[in-house]
Amino acid sequence: MAELCDLLAEAMGHSLPVGKVVLIGDCVETSGAFVLHLLLKRCLSLDSSFVVFVALSHPFSHYDRILRKMGCNLSAQKKNGNLHFLELLDFSARSKENSVDDGFCKLYNEIRKSVEAARSKDTKASCVYIMIDDISLLEIAADGSENDVLNFLHYCSTLTSETDCSLIILNHEDVYSSEDAPRLLAHLQHLSDIEIRAAPLNTGLAADVHGQLTVINKGLLNDDRRSGRRIWNFQFKVKENSVEFFYPGSQH
Amino acid sequence: MAEGLIVRSLRDGSLPGEHAPALCLEDSLPSPLASHSHAVFRHLLASLLSTGTGTAVVLVAFHRSPSFYLSLLSPTFRNSIRLLDCYSDPLAWKSNHHPPPSSHSPQNITLLTNLNHLPHFLSSILHLAKDLGAQGHDRVTVAIDSVTHMLRHAPLPSVLQLLTNLRCHEKISSLFWLIHTDLHEPKVISSFEYISTMIASLQPIVQLPDYANANISASITSLEENYSNAKFNVRLKRRNGRVKLLCEELLIEQGSVKFSSVPSVSSVVAQNLIPKVQFNIQLSDKERMDRANVVLPFEHQGNGQNIEIYDGRRSLSESQKDPSSIKIGGLSEQKRGNNNKSEKGEIHYIRDSDDEQPDSDEDPDDDLDI
Repeated sequence: MAELCDLLAEAMGHSLPVGKVVLIGDCVETSGAFVLHLLLKRCLSLDSSFVVFVALSHPFSHYDRILRKMGCNLSAQKKNGNLHFLELLDFSARSKENSVDDGFCKLYNEIRKSVEAARSKDTKASCVYIMIDDISLLEIAADGSENDVLNFLHYCSTLTSETDCSLIILNHEDVYSSEDAPRLLAHLQHLSDIEIRAAPLNTGLAADVHGQLTVINKGLLNDDRRSGRRIWNFQFKVKENSVEFFYPGSQH
Repeated sequence: MAEGLIVRSLRDGSLPGEHAPALCLEDSLPSPLASHSHAVFRHLLASLLSTGTGTAVVLVAFHRSPSFYLSLLSPTFRNSIRLLDCYSDPLAWKSNHHPPPSSHSPQNITLLTNLNHLPHFLSSILHLAKDLGAQGHDRVTVAIDSVTHMLRHAPLPSVLQLLTNLRCHEKISSLFWLIHTDLHEPKVISSFEYISTMIASLQPIVQLPDYANANISASITSLEENYSNAKFNVRLKRRNGRVKLLCEELLIEQGSVKFSSVPSVSSVVAQNLIPKVQFNIQLSDKERMDRANVVLPFEHQGNGQNIEIYDGRRSLSESQKDPSSIKIGGLSEQKRGNNNKSEKGEIHYIRDSDDEQPDSDEDPDDDLDI
């Protein structure tokens, strides 16, 4: 596919990750949501893929509108059973009947059943992806309980090894910038196999370049690849229906 | 050498009446992004299992699935290892909703579903150790990956108590665990270091100011270097109280770990500070001594007299009576013999008045009649 030849695809290994945890980090100056939208489109473009999208930030119509401009019909994908969209704008793990732990347990089991059902269908889904937008809202849903959020993410990450699905999560890193020890952010970085960070340019705002993207592909211990490149840094420009990636000074 | 000492200590176990040796393996995100510590962890596991001395391992898996660890080890070692699966369902979120079949887990993997109950956790480990002992393994090492995950489910004193109980138990010959230092307060790390007999920490080859907020675009080369190399600092506590420090370099190549000795820090720093040019810009010892003996021009009068550093505030005669004036006799004695006084130029400045203030606003040329 021509789309998987860009710099982001190269940094991620020329294919979408399988059985890995991908952490997308951004900040107020430079939103990383476009990476999530791009990966969502690429995941749904694969043959027999299945995506569970946990949306705490925006409603379905928001993503549908954006992906439609990028050439992907989310409504059709949802209708065909390739997308399980969990709209949780008012999600609160704690309720009158449940503790925070119980609330996350229920959410996890809903995701797990959806993934297992996709794997066990007659047209067995070969690639399954779980996407979460975003972690900072999960923390709010947990009444600020970092431990409960980490427990939930741990259980979601167990699905990556049990069912070979990938977990892609968006996190706003500057939420933790004022903390002396941003432990949740550090936990996420320890947990992730691939980190994608969107940041502003060092030189400030520009009309033709919207920011820079850093991809850290850590690989696994039994990775046969030689000790080669693991870190990429390039710039990007978000267009109306696509994203352009290029090295500094090489934009066409 | 450091790695060999560690493996030997873990393999040999403890003397009768002593606690089992314990290794605390530390890493952090900048060093080297927390992946090399697992390479070292796996390397230690393989080294212990391959010694052929009947060593077996109880591996407590929190961070990765048990099947991941089994896939890293040779099949010949699988009879010598028992895994306590604290990864798949530590809080019983799955089993409460969907109990797994009884034959779900392989024989050498035991599932733990109530991590919050530490006594049951301890008894599970000891049960596996006894099982290995019953199969003829004289020594059982407990490996925990990692205590960082344990601390999310249990308070620090309980975890420390559990590790101490493991060290005291007769069935456990040695113990090692992994901890991520940037996820805990320094006092937590210190607490684990106190109960360990060996501390091995992984440090980045290139120190970066702040990994989390670093300007990565400016430090990509350094980060790449940190991926393939790391410093392996080991502190060994001897029974007599002596502490041995070792520093080696760790190299990761295609999943295997290699250790090598490094030059001393001072020589490395000195080499880095001196620019590499074709000229000899270093001084020999004789040259250093000669340089120290050189008297600078303003430090002597050239005639054997005391040094008079005139500051414009006192008259010359007063300075001659000052006992604090410095006298250098070396050069002056030689010059006196030559009677070169008449040939030396001297400048004597006599102030008009002791009341004259330095930097006066009065123009000295005002009295000229031009």
